Amino acid sequence: MSKLLIEGVSRTFAGVSGGEPVKALMPIDVAVAANDFITILGPSGCGKSTLLRIVAGLEAPSEGRVLLDGKVVTRPGPDRGMVFQSYTLFPWLTVAENIAFGLRERGMPERERDGIVASYVDLVGLKGFENHWPKQLSGGMQQRTAIARALANDPEILLLDEPFGALDNQTRGLMQELLLGIWERRKKTVLFVTHDIEEAIFMASRVIVMTARPGRIKSDVAIDLPHPRHYTLKTSLEFSALKARLTEDIRVEAMQTAQAQPA
Amino acid sequence: MRPLHPVSPGTRTVLGISFFVLFVVFWAWITLGGHVNRIFLADPLSMLRDGWRLLVEDRFWLDILITIWRVFGGFLLASVVAVPLGIAMGAWKPVEAFLEPFVSFARYLPASAFIPLLILWAGIGELEKLLVIFVGSVFQIVLIIAVKVGSTRRDLVEAAYTLGSTNDGIVRRVIMPANAPEIAETLRLVLGWAWTYVIVAELIGSSSGIGYMIINSQSRLATGQIIFGIIVIGLIGLLSDFAFKAFNRWLFPWSLA
Repeated sequence: MSKLLIEGVSRTFAGVSGGEPVKALMPIDVAVAANDFITILGPSGCGKSTLLRIVAGLEAPSEGRVLLDGKVVTRPGPDRGMVFQSYTLFPWLTVAENIAFGLRERGMPERERDGIVASYVDLVGLKGFENHWPKQLSGGMQQRTAIARALANDPEILLLDEPFGALDNQTRGLMQELLLGIWERRKKTVLFVTHDIEEAIFMASRVIVMTARPGRIKSDVAIDLPHPRHYTLKTSLEFSALKARLTEDIRVEAMQTAQAQPA
Repeated sequence: MRPLHPVSPGTRTVLGISFFVLFVVFWAWITLGGHVNRIFLADPLSMLRDGWRLLVEDRFWLDILITIWRVFGGFLLASVVAVPLGIAMGAWKPVEAFLEPFVSFARYLPASAFIPLLILWAGIGELEKLLVIFVGSVFQIVLIIAVKVGSTRRDLVEAAYTLGSTNDGIVRRVIMPANAPEIAETLRLVLGWAWTYVIVAELIGSSSGIGYMIINSQSRLATGQIIFGIIVIGLIGLLSDFAFKAFNRWLFPWSLA
C-alpha cells in the first residue's frame, strides 16, 4: 500500500474582484511509497507549493483528496512535519526549545524531551548552539534547526517547501548532503519541493516534474543513482544525462510561463 | 552633512545635553535679563528655590507619591482589562467584529470630558482619579494590541499547526509569546499618556497631587512652583520610561539579540 495518495487534487483560486477564477492546479494523482524521497520540480508559480500545502493540510483542495496511511487529510497535524522556505523558528525559543516544541505540544514530560532533543541537535550538527536564539544563527543553521524540529516529532512524512531556497550556493550544497545523509540512515518518506534541477536529482529517488500554471504532472522520473550519494555525483555522466533531460522538460515550461506573463 | 550618516555615541550625548543647556541659558536670559515680567515667568533660580521650599516645607513629595500611585493604579487597572481583551480581539475575528467598532468609537471620547461624569459617579476621591486614567488608557491599549496580535506572522502559526498545536496551543504558545514584546512596548507608550490624564484629573476637584499643586500655585501666581511641578512630571516620566525599557529588554532578550 502507498504511504501517501494524492487523488485528483486540484486547486482553483477565486478571481480577484469579480475576475475569472484562477486555476492553480489541474487534477493531480500521485502515489508515494513508504520511505521514498520524492522531489517535485517545476518553474515558479506552477502550484508545487500549493500541492505541498494541501498535503500538509494548510490549504484545502478544490477537488480530490489526500490520504496518508489510508486516512483522509483534513487539517494540519504532527504526522506531516513541514519545513518552510522562510525562516519559521519561533524567535522567543532557543534552538533546543524550538526542537522540543512539537513534543511539548504533545504533553511529553521534560525529562523525556531532553534526550530526544539532544539526539536531534547532534544529528543536524548544532551541538554547542542549544541555547542560542534563532536570531543569533546563520540561515543554514536556522534551517538545520527547522529540520530537526520537524523530525523530532517523528512524523510519518516530511514535507519540505524549497527549504534551501534562501541559502547561498555553498551552504545549500552542504544542506543537501546533510538532509540526504539523515534520510539514508533513518529512512523517512519525504516530499521535497524545489525549482533547482540539480537539487531535485541529487536528493531524489523519484522526480516529479510539473508544468507551468495551471500545474499538471509533466513527467515522473525514477532516479536510480546509488546511495550513499556524495557531492561528486553531480559531475558524473549519469547525473549529467538526467540533468539534460529534466532541463529540457523544465525549460519548455519556463518559456511558456514567461510568454504567458509578459514582464 | 551626509543624510542618514550615524553619529558617534559621545557626540550624541554632548549634542543632547547641549540643547538642555541652551534651553536653560535662554530661559535665564529672558527672565534674569528682565525681558519678561517676573509675574508671568519665574527665573530658573527662583524656580529651584520655590521647588526646594515645596519639598521641604510643604511636603510636596507626598503629592508626588500620590500622583505616582494614581498613574500606576489606573494604568494597571486598564492593562488588566485591556491586554486580554486586545489579545482576544486580535486572535478571534468574531470577537474583533463584535467589539472593534465600539472600541474605535470609544477611543475618540476624550477622557477629560468624562471627569464631570466620573465625579458624579465616584465622587472626588481616589477612585475617580483612577477611573479617568482607566478611561483614557483602556481603549487605546485594546486597539493597538488587537492590531499587533492580528498581524502575527502567519508562517509561525502554520509551522506550529504542522507540529501538532491545537487552536488553544496556537493562542497560548505562539500568538502570546510572539507578541509579548510589542504588547510591553504598547504599555510603555500608553503609560506616557497616562501621565497627561492624571494631571488633568488632579486639576479638577482634587486636594492633593502634582496637578493640584500646579492649579493651587496658579491662583497665587507662583510660576516658579508651576514650572517645578512640570519638570518633576517630566523627570518621573523619563525615569519610568527608562525603567520600563530596561525591564522589557531584560524580559525579552530574544527580540534584540
